[in-house]
Amino acid sequence: MTTNNTSTKPIIDNSKDHGCFHCGLPMNESKLTTLIDDQHQPMCCAGCQAVAEAIVKSGNKDYYRYREQKSETGHELVPEFLDQIKAYDHPALQKQFVFEESGSIRQVSLIIEGIVCAACIWLNEKYLQQLPGVLNVQINYSTHRAQLSWDDEKIKLSQILEAIANIGYMAHPYDPQTQQKIFEDQRKLLIRQLGIAGLFGMQVMIFAVALYGGDWWGISESFKTFFRYLSLLLTLPILFFSAQPFFKGAVKDVQLKRAGMDVPVTLGLTLAFSASCYNTWMGISDVYFDSVAMFVFLLLSVRLFELSARKKAAEKIESLTNLTPTLCNRLDTKGDIEVVPTVELTLTDSFLVKPGEIIPTDGVLISPHALVDEALLTGEPYAVNKVAGDILIGGSYNLQQPIKLQVHHLGQDTVLSGIKRLIEQAQSFKPDVAILADRVASVFVLVLLVLVTITGIYWWQIDPARVLPIMVATLVVTCPCALSLATPASLSAAIGSLTRNGMLVARSRALEVMPKIDTVIFDKTGTLTTGVLSLNQQQDFNVDQHDFNRQVAHSLELQSEHPIAHALVNDNIQTLVVKSLINVPGQGLQGEIEGEIYYIGNAEFIKKVAEFPENLKFNQQMQQVHLARSGQWLASFDFSDPLKVDAKETVQQLIKRGLNVRILSGDSFGYVSSIAKQLGIEHFDADQLPDDKLNKVKQLQSQGHKVAMIGDGINDAPVLAAADLSISLSLGTDLARAAADMVINGGQLAPLINAHKTTTKMMNVIRQNFSWAIMYNIAAVPFSMAGLIQPWLAAIGMSLSSLIVVVNALRLRV
Amino acid sequence: MEILYLLIPIAMLLLVVIAAFFFWSVKSGQMDDLEGPAYRILMDDDDVKHDRKSKDHKETR
Repeated sequence: MTTNNTSTKPIIDNSKDHGCFHCGLPMNESKLTTLIDDQHQPMCCAGCQAVAEAIVKSGNKDYYRYREQKSETGHELVPEFLDQIKAYDHPALQKQFVFEESGSIRQVSLIIEGIVCAACIWLNEKYLQQLPGVLNVQINYSTHRAQLSWDDEKIKLSQILEAIANIGYMAHPYDPQTQQKIFEDQRKLLIRQLGIAGLFGMQVMIFAVALYGGDWWGISESFKTFFRYLSLLLTLPILFFSAQPFFKGAVKDVQLKRAGMDVPVTLGLTLAFSASCYNTWMGISDVYFDSVAMFVFLLLSVRLFELSARKKAAEKIESLTNLTPTLCNRLDTKGDIEVVPTVELTLTDSFLVKPGEIIPTDGVLISPHALVDEALLTGEPYAVNKVAGDILIGGSYNLQQPIKLQVHHLGQDTVLSGIKRLIEQAQSFKPDVAILADRVASVFVLVLLVLVTITGIYWWQIDPARVLPIMVATLVVTCPCALSLATPASLSAAIGSLTRNGMLVARSRALEVMPKIDTVIFDKTGTLTTGVLSLNQQQDFNVDQHDFNRQVAHSLELQSEHPIAHALVNDNIQTLVVKSLINVPGQGLQGEIEGEIYYIGNAEFIKKVAEFPENLKFNQQMQQVHLARSGQWLASFDFSDPLKVDAKETVQQLIKRGLNVRILSGDSFGYVSSIAKQLGIEHFDADQLPDDKLNKVKQLQSQGHKVAMIGDGINDAPVLAAADLSISLSLGTDLARAAADMVINGGQLAPLINAHKTTTKMMNVIRQNFSWAIMYNIAAVPFSMAGLIQPWLAAIGMSLSSLIVVVNALRLRV
Repeated sequence: MEILYLLIPIAMLLLVVIAAFFFWSVKSGQMDDLEGPAYRILMDDDDVKHDRKSKDHKETR
């Protein structure tokens, strides 16, 4: 929006890059188009086409004119999604996050995903306003949160969510009363404190200028006194309201017997203020109210920047945590289904889980068979077989037919809650990193006190009348302003830069740890690989039938929910008609095609119907699926989990930067070694259980290594918590993210390199800032101790040194 | 210059009023989104033809 004639700005012309008009992806032979402003614009998929048409139809095609970035790729709405959001209409569930204003008017807070620029906000607001029944919608540009109120008699919440999905965004309700609320309150208080410091500080400055001017050109004694008292009065709210965070921090530091930056800040403020009060009362020489005001204002503004940067990262992490509706299908004694919130389940209940649904809590399987995806727990996207009597873990997915379960554990007793507690424990044992600023602060306080005492004793002997003014001048000159700005200013600039480059920072301490890391450990699954199985190789035993075999496999697996099935299904293959399909849980499928029965599944399953071919290459490292018809083994399909596009580049870059890269994986030796070889990684450990991983990390740490761990599964979470620096992927599990110091947004690894570069640079900037602040003090203190520095000179020196520190930190915002 | 003894206290009173206004503006959420409004003002519905049909045209005109 740099041009002032936005209304005439043409709709972005895509003819040059030949990509999808909506999302910018390559067209891949797609012939789809959408009519926008009388032009047929190319669309890469039916999803994008549907979204673009919904936007145009609603009269919001100007969105394409305003937007500054391509939109996210559209998705076709699947019936499961619509079923899922229907749950949000359930009154029991709405109690958790919907606020009833009056009658049928309801209000909800939504997290909206997919917002990339201001035009997205505009589009969403416009579009939602047009829906009948939506009364008001306000989207916050910086947080991507929406406040929405609607008339429940005219429109349902699920319909609103569906409408948002129609134009290509995802919205889910959240409870604003939690973390969000705390952050928001903190920020509001800080803005108030900053505002007061600014408003009153400016008045104090006015009188300070008058007093300085008076020193030069002359001023009557009565005005001098009047201005001093006014300044004193105006500084009171700054000191007792705005400066509170520093006093509180200092009290905490003293109680915990540690020296933080808040201690010298508080010391400086109190002494400068009380000395100025004394001088005002006695009617002598200089007052420093202006310095107090400016100091508080500068420090608060940096704090606000830092809080905003952290809040932004926290919000992004939070919005990744999708609140799935926690409703479940309780079965009553007659076997009828009743939909209730999961919290209402009791230990004697049994419940039903439909295919594709999340198992709401730990339960014992009643149905004879079940196929579940425990990726949440293990990070492995493979289906696991369960038989009646097995315990299914809450949070895993049911992949195949509807299953019945008996409640086993609830709430705090579930496996997931247990792991959460483990992580919390591990985190509380994590050694606190001594932040550079804290160490500098403790030295600084000591030196400051010694110097001021020496000055006092010296002047007491020379000229007792000048003791107090000179001691105060020394304190103001050595005011730790630049010193206390040095770290937070650099931190917030670095967090901002990392966030823009796809790395979310959950704990700002992590930034100081990262440059010290010498060992980077990858957990193989999902971090280095895509986590999506793909067909690697097809071996045919009836040589000329390659295409037909593939076609049969595709047609059979089209009906299956099994993860491997997805790898065999390909839209480009013509589907054959399958009759009387039978699903043999845990083994495979059989179905009739063109009058003949075909079998597809694992080796045991196929061995029952066909002879084992001698030339079949069994591949230990990969998953295999076999195809046969009665008496004849037709083909075998090998699957592998391909490496991420940027995995090799990232690993090489890390090694180049002098880091020791390792793999710690739970997979078999052969598989891990082949991946390590492809990536050029020398050290790797295979067949590692979570405990082994934890021990390995501890062993490395005891050898003096600083370890960064990159993982994504829940079983990785304790290891993540133990490592010096833990990084998780946004596509990983919620728990892994909770344990991580940083989260890589999107599935790529490249942000790692940038983060390492930026944090290294940040530490340099912090060191430069400290050196500058200390140098300034060393240069100025002798003059002030000698009683040579005028108060106005002290004030200018202090502001200038702070300014330099902040400007230096801003270099990180690239 | 004795008038300053009157004018400055009046200025201080104004300051208190301004501070009160500031507190009110924070409380009413005007500081919640410091980036959005800058963009919002640039994006109005230029599609007049459609705008007449949309129910909120009074607000946007």
